[in-house]
Amino acid sequence: MYRYDEFDQTLVDERVVQFRDQVQRRLSGELTEPQFKPLRLMNGLYMQLHAYMLRVAIPYGMMSSEQLRMLAHIARRYDRGYGHFTTRQNIQYNWPKLPEVPDLLADLAKVQMNAIQTSGNSFRNTTADQYGGVAADEIEDPRIWSEIIRQWSTLHPEFSFLPRKFKIAVTGSPNDRAAVRFHDIGIVIVEGDGGEIGFEVLVGGGLGRSPFVAKTIRDFLPKQHLLSYLEAILRVYNQLGRRDNLFKARIKILVHETGTEEFARLVEDEWAQIKDAGVDLSVEEVGRIKAYFAPPVYEALDADVAEFRAQRDADPDFDLWAGTNLAPHRQPGYAIVNLSLKPEGGPPGDATADQMDRVADLADTFSLGEIRVTHEQNLVFAHVRQADLHELWTELTAIAMTTPNMGLITDTICCPGLDYCNLANARSIPVAQRISRRFADLKLQHNIGELRIKMSGCINACGHHHAGHIGILGVDRKGEEYYQITLGGSGAEDASIGKVIGPAFSEDAVVDAVATVVNVYVAKRKDGERFLDTCRRIGPEPFKEKLYGAH
Amino acid sequence: MALIKDGAFVDDAWTTVGDDDPVPGDQPAIVGFERWQRDRDQLLARGAPLGVRLSSDQPPALIADDLGHFDVVALEFPRFGDGRAYSYARLLRQRHGYTGEVRAVGDVLRDQFLFMHRCGFDAFEVTDQTEIGHWQQALSEISVVYQPAADDRPPAPTQRAAT
Ligand code: SF4
Repeated sequence: MYRYDEFDQTLVDERVVQFRDQVQRRLSGELTEPQFKPLRLMNGLYMQLHAYMLRVAIPYGMMSSEQLRMLAHIARRYDRGYGHFTTRQNIQYNWPKLPEVPDLLADLAKVQMNAIQTSGNSFRNTTADQYGGVAADEIEDPRIWSEIIRQWSTLHPEFSFLPRKFKIAVTGSPNDRAAVRFHDIGIVIVEGDGGEIGFEVLVGGGLGRSPFVAKTIRDFLPKQHLLSYLEAILRVYNQLGRRDNLFKARIKILVHETGTEEFARLVEDEWAQIKDAGVDLSVEEVGRIKAYFAPPVYEALDADVAEFRAQRDADPDFDLWAGTNLAPHRQPGYAIVNLSLKPEGGPPGDATADQMDRVADLADTFSLGEIRVTHEQNLVFAHVRQADLHELWTELTAIAMTTPNMGLITDTICCPGLDYCNLANARSIPVAQRISRRFADLKLQHNIGELRIKMSGCINACGHHHAGHIGILGVDRKGEEYYQITLGGSGAEDASIGKVIGPAFSEDAVVDAVATVVNVYVAKRKDGERFLDTCRRIGPEPFKEKLYGAH
Repeated sequence: MALIKDGAFVDDAWTTVGDDDPVPGDQPAIVGFERWQRDRDQLLARGAPLGVRLSSDQPPALIADDLGHFDVVALEFPRFGDGRAYSYARLLRQRHGYTGEVRAVGDVLRDQFLFMHRCGFDAFEVTDQTEIGHWQQALSEISVVYQPAADDRPPAPTQRAAT
């Protein structure tokens, strides 16, 4: 993975000193809270319901075991012993104290991490497919380009005060695991007609109050021009994006109001003027960054690992887990392992300091000391020998990270909701926990098959409810927590926005409503059909009838 | 109001003139874009230097053909969070080749100083005249930049190539 050189390290160190000074000015009263606010927001420090919340970037989801141990240390030393992994490959701490935040950032800097631009109206953490470099279906490693974007977008002088926050996601595979179509810019690595590798560029995706699937503005961008093209998009947006209305300020609204074709033309015109003006990296610099992501040295193994097969046959629990939580690796004899952060009844995405430490140790033993965090709020070991899987599974089971539920109904994505967030209408974690208990029976879950539930505590949609096969949105009805259900959304390459099925459900009724929806699917599905496919085929009526028909 | 130029507080020789106020005949004056459009000939007939002030919804393309007449282009930040003028400054410098003074006016804070400087601003109207040291510190506290802009700081990729 990428390692900071002296330039990267100097910037992060200087940033800590700068923030320490700003915190000092706040504590001494030289800065008022309104004056301090924009400064702390440039460093990922939010004021939440009960305390400050600090968001730390995990660029494109990559962590070393050393970094994860530091995250564990921070959870213990500055927080209440746990951290929360988010849908954007960040980790959040909910209880840091302001005077200690500079020390916390200094600790992060020691392991080449930071909280720069994890909030505020600028570039956020660049996210990517968590299987970068190892997925069997990959065209090229998205991490190289994510790191290039990370550097270019850090403290960009022209684009640090955009109309609104700005999120970029990259995938190197046609199977989109990074939800690129719901980002301000989505980048898909593609193969051009002549076999040349380049980028399809999509803009204007997003969730929130007005959800949009991103539109393609360029089918094929030659690789060497990525940064100049991004700069052109951002320059158009920075000048024309709406600044009169917070809810209309995202680039999705500009693209929608301007029209995709016209927007693309504006970008192309701007790009024509700057494409050779020195924004793009030299071939040498791209090569330097690429070298950090060179494939590790794998053992030459057979694709068929008899030991692994025998263990699956002998141990049904292991077999079940292997069926859901592994993904195909491009190297014969290896597997990609998903560690579930969605145990039965647990808050999705949370990990304790002890779990983090243990995961770091296991990564050293089994996966070349590297861990990844996914936008579905789970962790990944990307280089595990299939022959080691049973042993790893046994160890992970001891720390409750082998729930065999990847992509299943209890693998819920969930925002922090009213338990932490001051914008929330409703609690989301307790509902996710109840769904997780309701469907805890593994046979039942596996029988239902792939079903992605995504839940947000308010219209800001941090839990991506529009993109859920079943989406749940917390709404306020006369001071009471209610939950609106949407069906048919998808965050993958077949991206779509879920449709509201009808009136919202009370806190007591919402889990039953989900069960009703699932029952309709099970009754109506045809062989091999996923929930999403059935839903698209039969439309909303059968669900409506069962949900509301009796009343 | 104080003016920072070349790393120090300086006396501001320029007067900013309202759209309907009389323009002094013999002193450097900055007028709004509307005034420039309306009174162009009278303004040019004066024997004194002229500057123009653009609000944050007036891109520099509006004055691209007239830049030879201006010694100052003042770009407004109505709120520090309205970042359009960062693009305008770079366009003035890098697209339109403007070499006169580009002045930041409005909500100009020390915490944005570095970004402004990188985008090509070279004069800053500020309310806070307390310590010039703070402003200088703001330019130097982050020494690494990753992207080329309108300044001469070498970006990290360029420096890497040189080592
Ligand atoms: S969706 Fe709403 S409630 Fe949930 S974290 Fe985002 S802002 Fe908070």
